Amino acid sequence: MGDDESRPVVEAIGIAKRFGPTVALADGRLTVLPGETHALVGRNGAGKSTLVGVLTGLLKPDAGEVRFAGRPAPPMGDRVAWRQHVACVYQKPSVVGELSVAENLFLDRQPRGRFGLLSRSRLRRAATDLLESWSVPVDPETPAKELTVEQRQLVEIAGALSHGARFVILDEPTAQLEARAIARLFDRLTGLQQQGVTFLFISHHLPEIYEICQRVTVFRDARHIVTAPVAELDHAKLVEAMIGDAHGLVQVGQDRPPVPDEAEAVLTLDAVEVPNFTGPIDLTIRAGEIVGVAGSAASGKRQFAEAVVGLRPRTGQVRVAGATVPPASVPAALRAGIGYLPADRNADGFVPGLSVAENITMTVADRLGPAGVVLPKRRDAQGRRAISDFDVHTAGPHQPVSELSGGNAQKVVMARALARDPRVLVLVHPTVGVDVRSKESLLGVVDAETRAGRGALLVSDELDDLRVCDRVVVMVAGRVVAEHGRGWDEATLVAEIEGIGEKHV
Amino acid sequence: MSETLAVGAPEAPQRPPQPTGRPSNRLRLARLRDLALVPPIIALLIYGYTLKPDVFLTKSYLVDTVLKYQTELALVVLAEALVLIVGKFDLSLESVVGIAPAVAVFLVVGQTSILGAPWPTWTVLPVAIAFGALIGVFNGLLVVRFKLSAFIVTLAMLIALRGLQLAIVGGATISNLANRIPTIDNLGSLRILTIPLSIWIVVLAFAVGIVVLGYTRFGRSIYAVGGNPDAARAAGIRVERVIWVTFIVAGALAALAGLMLSARLGSVAANQGNGMIFTVFAAAVIGGISLDGGKGSLVGALTGVVLLGLIQNVLTLAQVKPDQIQAVNGLVILVALVLARLTSGKAQD
Repeated sequence: MGDDESRPVVEAIGIAKRFGPTVALADGRLTVLPGETHALVGRNGAGKSTLVGVLTGLLKPDAGEVRFAGRPAPPMGDRVAWRQHVACVYQKPSVVGELSVAENLFLDRQPRGRFGLLSRSRLRRAATDLLESWSVPVDPETPAKELTVEQRQLVEIAGALSHGARFVILDEPTAQLEARAIARLFDRLTGLQQQGVTFLFISHHLPEIYEICQRVTVFRDARHIVTAPVAELDHAKLVEAMIGDAHGLVQVGQDRPPVPDEAEAVLTLDAVEVPNFTGPIDLTIRAGEIVGVAGSAASGKRQFAEAVVGLRPRTGQVRVAGATVPPASVPAALRAGIGYLPADRNADGFVPGLSVAENITMTVADRLGPAGVVLPKRRDAQGRRAISDFDVHTAGPHQPVSELSGGNAQKVVMARALARDPRVLVLVHPTVGVDVRSKESLLGVVDAETRAGRGALLVSDELDDLRVCDRVVVMVAGRVVAEHGRGWDEATLVAEIEGIGEKHV
Repeated sequence: MSETLAVGAPEAPQRPPQPTGRPSNRLRLARLRDLALVPPIIALLIYGYTLKPDVFLTKSYLVDTVLKYQTELALVVLAEALVLIVGKFDLSLESVVGIAPAVAVFLVVGQTSILGAPWPTWTVLPVAIAFGALIGVFNGLLVVRFKLSAFIVTLAMLIALRGLQLAIVGGATISNLANRIPTIDNLGSLRILTIPLSIWIVVLAFAVGIVVLGYTRFGRSIYAVGGNPDAARAAGIRVERVIWVTFIVAGALAALAGLMLSARLGSVAANQGNGMIFTVFAAAVIGGISLDGGKGSLVGALTGVVLLGLIQNVLTLAQVKPDQIQAVNGLVILVALVLARLTSGKAQD
């Protein structure tokens, strides 16, 4: 053990990997020391996922070497050996939903009882012991599909540790968590770290890195850029390393003109109520105004937005520029002039197998030719225009959206939301899971588009998104509890979102 | 030779869309995938020629011995392809092939007086198609409105319709139809420019299908719904309606196929269409239609049909014994599936 103290837990040297013509990784280097929590950051496409694939033995590098505690990595395909060194908790669940937590933990190595048959009681005991030894507060009999994201991650970590690995890769563990759950997760990670577990922490959320990581490695354009203690790399330097020029983050929307009081109301919500999710909500959005909606996952803000665009049943009245919009019909909402960007682009944002142009024009298919005919020429022309307007990095209008990076796929969804020239945009988590520059570009689009008489309702968990808004309302448990103009205070807003603000204010 | 080849591959009327400007590699690959089965088809044509050099590559042989027997299959594959692309299943199509002509013919020549039968002979075509569409309406109702699994719904429907057909036809065969019903006679024997009417119908159906799927709002909606129904819904596509209409169109097409089959045989047998669905799925999948929905083209499906038809014919020519032909046929389908997977698999990524 004493020898291992100094040796890096994992070391990747000169990793290169190509997929066909695409260079996914040109110079992948990483050294993680025992007991540290090491951050790996980079924009989408910087090579992080490829490096994780190589580190976990799922991808075979074209060149370079991976070493665990100074020894060469096991041969490819020897999963058991790899699992003793490293495990990765992905954003997507890797548990079998229909099986219990205990069964998931001991999948394919279940403890046996009499006659060599599986023993439920032993399984339960083993699982309880395992979960307790790593202080994971989950009942082993719970079906895995009923776990919260946070619990699921802890269970997967415990499972990884039970295979002998003391090095765990966390791939954006906080992306789907709300602030309180993130705090709890960080507490647990710190606890595990004290028990000798080493983490590689991947996140788009830079403040989190300063919170729990000791060192950080930055990748850019398939290359290792820098590795340093977080204390020596402040926010501006970190962003600079990620995006490669000295500008840092431009604050989008800082120079937005104030919305005049007499501006026309483009979206008027009158006692809009979503059964089971929200109480009656009144809200008016004027031309040229972006109204942000903040709130926890349980606040009903997403369901509220989905009801406004007709995806969910609702009561109350929605008017766009004075005209009433019938409830529970997306086509009616589209015709009335509502553009919509869904919360999760992979789930309901785009059709992966269809082309960029086809996805962009999905909401305007009736305008691409006479009598229900779609003229490919017109579709491609419109697609091309959107590709240049929104700066989508793609081989062309015919490329399937499934081949684009997250940020570019989101630009396609944004283009689709704007394709019908709507009076008001409804955007839910518009920058989730995209890199810094795509984020800037997407928010820039929202800013620019709303200056020309459009309004926008922007539902988001990201403070960066909400900074663009002219006004932010906070929802808690289906009600609007607070409203802020520009220049709100971060701490106050977060406190209100978490439902602890009312007492303080 | 070029003339016979054009007839052998009835997709001739289809014109690939002219990509504007510089065609991307992606597009070329997609087109290639559609034509992945052309080399094996050519190989089979050459093999058939070596087996029977005097007649094989003549128009009359290819039309009357190969293609004519694939027309019903082709229409049902077209119907199933639509349902598969929209992301659903329809197993009941093969029973529609039997029941729709049975009902229509029964109302005209059956020994019955229900619903004011006997009906005039011209009603055979509209009644058969309407009955097929009605089955589609019912399937759609259960799948779309009651959110049942399309696989099980249409399986139950398949069994129920088989029983109904047995009850109508009574275990025997309604025969000698050509003499009694002019529509059936025409469907079975009319030729236009020396090509049987049934082949023209298939060519027309596929031409219309290709245009609708590729160049209309509804057709593109079918791909969007099959590719990601939630995204389609969020983009304002009426997902339920698209699925429902697809089931109805598929039922009507299968009914037409059934009537063509009855016309070719001059009868409606109690087991008409029995077992057809397996070949239908094989042809569709070999032709590149994905069982997961949202993927595939009608050109590909049609090449799948032609390939299977040629295989069957060549097996007969190669004097495979009739009692072995089904086993060999099954093996050949397996090989074709593997080959299709290999060729298209490479093109996919």
